[in-house]
Amino acid sequence: MMKKPSNLNTAKYTDRFMTAVFYSVGGFFLLLIFVLAGYIIFNGALSFKPEYLTFTSDGVMNQLFDTVYLVFLSLLISTPLGILAGIYMAEYAKKNKLTEFIRISIEALSSLPSLVVGLFVMFLFILVLDLDKTLFVGAIAVSILSVPLITTTTEDALRSLPPEYKQGSMGLGATHWQTITKVMLPACISRIITGIILAAGRGFGEAAALLFTTGQSSVIRWTDWDLTSKRCPLNPFRPAQTLSLQIWEMKTESIRVDKDDVANFASALLVILVLTFSLLARYVSGRIDKKAQGGK
Amino acid sequence: MNSSLKSSKSSNFLKESLGRTIVSICGIAIILLTIAIAAFLFYKGSFTFTVQGHNIMDLIFSAEWEPANNANTVGEGEVGALIFIAGSFYTCGLALLIAIPFSLAAAIFLAEIASDRAVRIVRPAVEIFVGIPSVIYGWVGYKTIVPAIKAIFGGTGSSVLAAGIVLAIMIFPTITTVATDAMKSVPMDFRSGAYGLGSTRWQVIRKVVLPSANPGILTGIILGLARAFGEALAVGMVVGRMRAFAEDVFSPTHTITTAISSEMGNSIDGSELNSALWSLALVLFVVAIVCILAIHAVSKKAKVDE
Repeated sequence: MMKKPSNLNTAKYTDRFMTAVFYSVGGFFLLLIFVLAGYIIFNGALSFKPEYLTFTSDGVMNQLFDTVYLVFLSLLISTPLGILAGIYMAEYAKKNKLTEFIRISIEALSSLPSLVVGLFVMFLFILVLDLDKTLFVGAIAVSILSVPLITTTTEDALRSLPPEYKQGSMGLGATHWQTITKVMLPACISRIITGIILAAGRGFGEAAALLFTTGQSSVIRWTDWDLTSKRCPLNPFRPAQTLSLQIWEMKTESIRVDKDDVANFASALLVILVLTFSLLARYVSGRIDKKAQGGK
Repeated sequence: MNSSLKSSKSSNFLKESLGRTIVSICGIAIILLTIAIAAFLFYKGSFTFTVQGHNIMDLIFSAEWEPANNANTVGEGEVGALIFIAGSFYTCGLALLIAIPFSLAAAIFLAEIASDRAVRIVRPAVEIFVGIPSVIYGWVGYKTIVPAIKAIFGGTGSSVLAAGIVLAIMIFPTITTVATDAMKSVPMDFRSGAYGLGSTRWQVIRKVVLPSANPGILTGIILGLARAFGEALAVGMVVGRMRAFAEDVFSPTHTITTAISSEMGNSIDGSELNSALWSLALVLFVVAIVCILAIHAVSKKAKVDE
């Protein structure tokens, strides 16, 4: 029998070796994410003190409320703007310089550092328009950061619909706008919702854009429901601190004795919040796949 | 009957043109927003040169940073930001050096090697990395990587290396996702051809898949760089924020983003310090735009090559 050429053997050994390398890198990352998530949540649990769960200056619940409320306000702005702009890009935009320019703008907005967006919003609203640093101003900064994501998700969702949807509707005499609002949007609404949930998840963790815009304190009086009061929980025109800003404050400025514990606990809470939303997005988009395959 | 049909028809056309107008306005609003951000940054960032009378060389090539924080004086101090600029490039360069091999290996694993089941487990894990907020990366890095570096290499632990590792973990999912998609879009025929000639899988990956996916991989790397360059708070927690050139990877330094985030809050509007920080924000903006243009150039060149 002829001896196999040695370079063929080398090639086979290299192949096996590299396969092992790639498997270990894949395994390594899987391990890393478990260790990382486990570390954050475990440390948060170890640092737990009952007063952290109170809506006071000792706790983190005011910050949790402000985080959720700020993202909610930001979505009130970015969702309509993003969906409408996405409809324009998918359905009305012609292949011209203007469309190209919008596309580059979306890309530029989505890759701008959030610190820069925060500075822009601070300049416009606090220096030029002379507003105070408030929840509202922070929500604007976060909405600018989430508009590109919602726009591209909407555009992709509309474009991925089978052309028969549109043809059928327009063939029955519907106008283009009726086709969009009555046929196309309902057909891809879950994909758009997935995009909005993802945008919300990103908003929860935002910090750099809020550093100069929200005012760094959550002083809320939960018995005060006068919307014009600076202490009213629902007043968007009051200073606020989100969980991520609280972690930053504990690391940089705080003189609290238990600042590390507060930061650990706030981190765990924030990670759980973000992971819940990413699971929710996964669940919603999973349901679409089932629906698309004809299931219920 | 006939007239009511007519009126509903005309109201439909009204809705059509109204809807069209509204969505067009929203599309254009996105352009206006981007232009407004650019215009304000150029306006505020130019004060260092127009009002304060420094030139761009002073800002970029000098390391003397003694700007006056006083609204009434002009051009008193020095605005050399070389330490910050060097710090940004040093930390991001190190982050890329660490992240690229790992990301490419992970991408090859996901696109070429892993079974469907393995992909279904690893891919969501990669997406979870993207979802974790940057402040938390900074905080965990501060509690784990910084003490580890301190214990092994001495010093304070807050260092270029700590920042590089934290940034590498943050940008690896970006590079991996984009590179995986690029490798997956290499046509199956390319692989079949190489396998038909008797290649092993690694030979196919190295000689066929990687070269064909090259533009996509480059796009991922540029996106990762852009993300690392603009990251502020995660870096701020672990880099030491010390205004000195880093002698080696174990020394602390300052970066553009950490300088802005720690000094902007105390600066008086219109002062030399404030103007210089806005100029640094302009530098961040320009780097982000250059990255976008580079990605466009890469994908355009790839199309021409095809």
